[in-house]
Amino acid sequence: MKNLVILGAGTAGTMMANHLHHELKKPDWQITIIDEREEHHYQPGYLFLPFDIYEPEDIIKTIEEFIPKDVTLLKQRIERIVPTANKIQLSNGNEIDYDVLIIATGAKIAPEEIEGMKGEQWQKSVFDFYTFEGSLALRNKLREWDGGRIVVHITEMPIKCPVAPLEFAFLADSYFKNKNMRERVDITYVTPMSGAFTKPKATEALEHLLQEKNINIEGDFAIEHVDNETKKIVDYGGREIPFDILVTVPTNKGDDLMERSGMGDDLNYVPTHKATLQSKEYQNVFVIGDASNIPASKAGSVAHFEAEILTENILRYVKGQPLKEEFDGHANCFIETGGGKALLIDFNYTHEPVEGTFPFPGIGPLRLLKESRMNHMGKLAFRWVYWHMLLKGTHIPFVSATMSEKGKVYS
Amino acid sequence: MERTIAGKTIAVNEEGYMTDFSQWDEKVGEALAAEANLTLTPRHWEVLKYLQTEHKNQVALSIRRVGKSGVVDIKEFYALFPNAPLKTATKVAGIPKPASCI
Ligand SMILES: Cc1cc2nc3c(=O)[nH]c(=O)nc-3n(C[C@H](O)[C@H](O)[C@H](O)COP(=O)(O)OP(=O)(O)OC[C@H]3O[C@@H](n4cnc5c(N)ncnc54)[C@H](O)[C@@H]3O)c2cc1C
Repeated sequence: MKNLVILGAGTAGTMMANHLHHELKKPDWQITIIDEREEHHYQPGYLFLPFDIYEPEDIIKTIEEFIPKDVTLLKQRIERIVPTANKIQLSNGNEIDYDVLIIATGAKIAPEEIEGMKGEQWQKSVFDFYTFEGSLALRNKLREWDGGRIVVHITEMPIKCPVAPLEFAFLADSYFKNKNMRERVDITYVTPMSGAFTKPKATEALEHLLQEKNINIEGDFAIEHVDNETKKIVDYGGREIPFDILVTVPTNKGDDLMERSGMGDDLNYVPTHKATLQSKEYQNVFVIGDASNIPASKAGSVAHFEAEILTENILRYVKGQPLKEEFDGHANCFIETGGGKALLIDFNYTHEPVEGTFPFPGIGPLRLLKESRMNHMGKLAFRWVYWHMLLKGTHIPFVSATMSEKGKVYS
Repeated sequence: MERTIAGKTIAVNEEGYMTDFSQWDEKVGEALAAEANLTLTPRHWEVLKYLQTEHKNQVALSIRRVGKSGVVDIKEFYALFPNAPLKTATKVAGIPKPASCI
């Protein structure tokens, strides 16, 4: 019997288990998935928790309920990968051999990278919303806060769901309006990039919205430290931005496991072939989701598109056939803009987000790069789609793994 | 697009970054630096040469990577190329503006 081992039972690992158990069956194959946690979190929900839009129980389920019965789930911390010996070492001392390995250990925040970020003001006036604990602490703070300067900040790129901090700023604007205290709140968006986003057309649309909502933007800010005493963030050029509440997205990194195993780059991401998802160093190792270094968005929707292509490539690999170089970096993200509206963007490695209709050319019902209520309904529906379709590896009707140029306006 | 820099016709994109590195030479570098209000010292040149080598080796550049290069730390990088050092330095070095991911 051969062993296929999946590291991480988050979004991407769970999808792969659900795709592959139909294909690689006993007695020829044994599939094992390993994760140290008990719970599966719907991470996009961390954005809504601080504003009392979702409750904790909306976004937490057990890992178990999404793993097929014929896949072995091990709840253990992974200590090390030994790719030269095709072995995994677990924290309890056990070792597991693999014939094929899928790395899906995701990315996490590393506030300790910046001096003073995880200082005495951490979770008092310095918050993150990329973890459950951070998001909940922020909710409690916002419930009792009566105004001042709130700074929404990105430490460095790349980060998971790169639009989430913008969405946070938009939702904050709505939240304080609804609480009739918007005039007592100053919202500033601080980014290491030159503008609101990396792609020109989307940047234009998003900066227009920031202006409309009276949110200040400070670009090109490379943070050096957080001053806990005077409550300021300071950049390498000496620029200072004061805050009463700092909502920061700390540096994102792959799991330390990669450092221990000597398999990661300087941010612990695994060097991966961007079209096949095979590791650049080891032929029987594949990487999916936030754990890889491919230049695509770190998003659940991306993992979903990757999973369809990776499933095919793994089947090709075990049959000794050449891999398909098919993944094009397809990403599809809703951007909450507050007031019950949202934008939608659809893009890939080579095509930036533009205006148009989605998924049906000329019809929609979703509008690309334009605010609409329908898009907002789409974003809320995404939670249902996530639990009931994405994790189970169900193909989303009308949305293909590679991006379609139809219905879009490229100039 | 094309423009004249240090007496040469040079291909640039709409943001003013050179699109053909083979057209770059030190005179062009000095002219681009002057446009950014910089006078290049030997330290500037060391950093510029390092960035060009990294680019040639297809290494994706970031402030973090430059800071860990051993060539220059981030503080000094800011002192040499104030405000947005990576953007300014890559422009002067005649290499593309680093895509800061998606
Ligand atoms: C605030 C926020 C908002 C977001 N919004 C959106 C959105 O609107 N749309 C969208 O598409 N995406 C969104 N995302 C991104 C999305 O959640 C991630 O891209 C997706 O979850 C990545 O899946 P993954 O499987 O790669 O990693 P994860 O789902 O994070 O799973 C990694 C798993 O590996 C396990 N693991 C790691 N290391 C070890 C170890 N050493 N031992 C044992 N287990 C280990 C972890 O416990 C975890 O369960 C958002 C993310 C955040 C934080």
